[in-house]
Amino acid sequence: MTLRTRLLATTSAVLIATTGALYADGHATHPVTGETLASDQSFTYRDLDESPSIDPGLAEDSAGGDILRDLFEGLYNQDAAGNLEPGVALSHTVSDDNLVYTFTLRDNAKWSNGDPVTAGDFEYAWKRAASPELASPYSWFIELMALENASEVISGDADPSELGVTAIDDTTLEVRLTQPLPYFAQMLTHFTTFPVHQATVEEFGSDWTKPGNMVSNGAYMLTEHVPQEKLVRERNAMYWDNDNTIIEKVTSLVINDENVALTRYLAGELDRTDVPAGQFPRLAAEYPDQAVSVPLSCSYYYMFNLRDGAPEELQNADVRKALSLAIDRDIIVENVLAGGQEAAYTFTHWATAGFETPDIPMATMTQAERNAMAQELLAGAGYGSDNPLSINLVYNTSDSHKSVAVAISQMWKQTLGVETTLANQEWQTFLEARGSGDFDVARGGWCADYNEASTFLDLMQSESGYNDSKYVNPEVDALLAEAKTSSNAQANYDAVEEFIAQDTPIIPIYHYAAVKMFAEDLEGWPYENFQQNWYSKDLYKIAE
Amino acid sequence: MLSFIVRRLAVAIPTLLILVVLSFILMYAAPGGPFNSERPLPPEVLANIEAKYGLDQPFWKQIVNYVYGVVTAFDFGPSFQYKDRSVNDVIAQGFPVTLTYGFWSFVVAVTVGVSLGVAAAIKQNSWIDYFAVGISIGAQVLPNFVMAPILLLVFTLWLGWLPGGGWSGGQWQFLIMPVIALSTSYMASIARITRSSMLEVLNTNFIRTAQAKGLPMRRVIWRHAMKPTILPVLSYLGPAFVGMITGSVIIDVFFSTGGIGQFFVNSAFNRDYSVIMGITILVGTLTILFNLVVDILYAWIDPKIRY
Repeated sequence: MTLRTRLLATTSAVLIATTGALYADGHATHPVTGETLASDQSFTYRDLDESPSIDPGLAEDSAGGDILRDLFEGLYNQDAAGNLEPGVALSHTVSDDNLVYTFTLRDNAKWSNGDPVTAGDFEYAWKRAASPELASPYSWFIELMALENASEVISGDADPSELGVTAIDDTTLEVRLTQPLPYFAQMLTHFTTFPVHQATVEEFGSDWTKPGNMVSNGAYMLTEHVPQEKLVRERNAMYWDNDNTIIEKVTSLVINDENVALTRYLAGELDRTDVPAGQFPRLAAEYPDQAVSVPLSCSYYYMFNLRDGAPEELQNADVRKALSLAIDRDIIVENVLAGGQEAAYTFTHWATAGFETPDIPMATMTQAERNAMAQELLAGAGYGSDNPLSINLVYNTSDSHKSVAVAISQMWKQTLGVETTLANQEWQTFLEARGSGDFDVARGGWCADYNEASTFLDLMQSESGYNDSKYVNPEVDALLAEAKTSSNAQANYDAVEEFIAQDTPIIPIYHYAAVKMFAEDLEGWPYENFQQNWYSKDLYKIAE
Repeated sequence: MLSFIVRRLAVAIPTLLILVVLSFILMYAAPGGPFNSERPLPPEVLANIEAKYGLDQPFWKQIVNYVYGVVTAFDFGPSFQYKDRSVNDVIAQGFPVTLTYGFWSFVVAVTVGVSLGVAAAIKQNSWIDYFAVGISIGAQVLPNFVMAPILLLVFTLWLGWLPGGGWSGGQWQFLIMPVIALSTSYMASIARITRSSMLEVLNTNFIRTAQAKGLPMRRVIWRHAMKPTILPVLSYLGPAFVGMITGSVIIDVFFSTGGIGQFFVNSAFNRDYSVIMGITILVGTLTILFNLVVDILYAWIDPKIRY
């Protein structure tokens, strides 16, 4: 036996011994539930598209976020219900004026190359994310966090070193805000706040996110990445909680077409996929244990153009309200979409944490009552069969948006005699038209950045860059500003929702649901997590 | 001949330049931009990004810088959409994939198409002819976006023989369905062109003479009829080959191959200017190149053609 083969033999013997022990100790049954675990602990799921980036500082889409929550770990994680759980941070204290947060970090967190994860790594990552040099499209998140000097750093008026984050020592991180944010700790589960390994970023530049180069601190590390095909991540032996992690390998496959993805799911190639529009009732009947619909933190709405120079008839709040009343949302969610979505009378999604849906009068009326009221309002505004209202409605090209638009235009026609011209536009053209006010009524969709009502309602601020209606109401602005510092913001949110119902700058139509297929042997999915923030380290597969 | 090739290459350069400038202008004329999204970026964030990608500079300067980078350093710039990668990365990853399944599709389309066409022409109005024509019409009316899901349904879901998609470095299991789906309509066209061309050739005087000399049919076909038959097929094959090796968005979308066709279409939707330009130049260059190859082959096959 040569030295080389002997070495090989010894190594494999040791490997077999250790994996065998691991399997016997941790993997045969689930440590908490006691369920028998499957021998194959790999999780494969479908992504719609390739993510623009998997650099925490540059990433911008939710699918990229799913990948990053496996590869990196921020100060806090979310549990199955969306509550905060210690991540790299064990706890934090807040100063009396709610402006200074001091985090205590665990001392056993390690990067995948064995380096300790320190407060300095967070400081570096946040300053990097805000820096004009990186020019991240998500640097606004640092602004949203209200870090001291965030806007100045982004606009280049202050050096990144002046950002309100300082590593006091390796396990203490101090963060300074410009205004109190009740939901600040919630925002720390977002990928923009994840730490990055300075030495790696500096060594490889923009290539640091490639497999082999990337050093990460999450439960998994990147082992393979073929853009537009797949991304594979495998267990990070250096992760502080590696002993309690069960899934060995996670693969995300890019499959653009949802029907192809469903076929591959049914052929057993995937453990999770999306249900194509309209197919939920059939799949739920055929595969009751696999088809799932849970609330998803997005709202679907139509917006009116309230700019100067926009069509005169839509400047009348009664006309707008009549159009809102005449939409039978139950038909939209039950017959058109049929995927477990909920009819919406408030802009804020009903399942948002700490938000109780206020009693909007319209919500409790029957559709017949709503129609009667709508007809009355429209007649009062001077429109009727002799003077019919006509509207242009634009939406971005998509079968599902089209079905909704066609249904709504029919409802407007039947109830109010309104003539609607439908126009679909390719995505970029649509965004341009909507942003520059080239529309009467346009489709909108908004997803929560964090789990609190202001993530929706802040769009109603006069100065919000996302307020494409250009709705201006100083009372709403005051209510929203006050909510930021109030200990009981719900009252303010109720009042804003009532303004929305009364002034109708937008028509809330439905609240989204995530409609998916999950393999029967996959357990631990956080169905209750409203933002659908899931961590592969919490999943496991049971033996069938 | 040599001067012809040199002349053609000399014309290719201004052609490519015009292509670059035209695409650049058309791209910028389209509404929207690479950094528009459902949630518009705050102005200071947008300003940083535009500075990073040089979009804050005057239009003419952007074109000049771009062309300069391409010509001197073969640098097509960073992708605007995929922030971890350059256009060179995107092409280096996607093009070999497309080249592989495109090449095999070409081989299949030509072999099957020419065989079917020749067989149909030789045995005109026999069952072989009807069968070959039937197949090629069937393949022609089944576009690949219908073909692809049918293949998936049969071979992946029902039979479970083939993986439903992916690439895995181009292993044969992953190649079969993309190649079938991509090659069928090309195969059908080749079969039809071959058949009608062969029929025409078989009715010419020199073939009749060859037959009258008592040459065996096999020799008449291979030695005398094949070359003139292949000429019209050849002029179809140049663009067809480029079409196949530069990929199909349908194939990439249905089989998740990671090929370049999908990047091309997505980059147009995302207004990923640098990727649009990079792939346009790639496709343009290949088109010019293979048209040249076809012209050279023409001269080689047909002694009547002289440049």
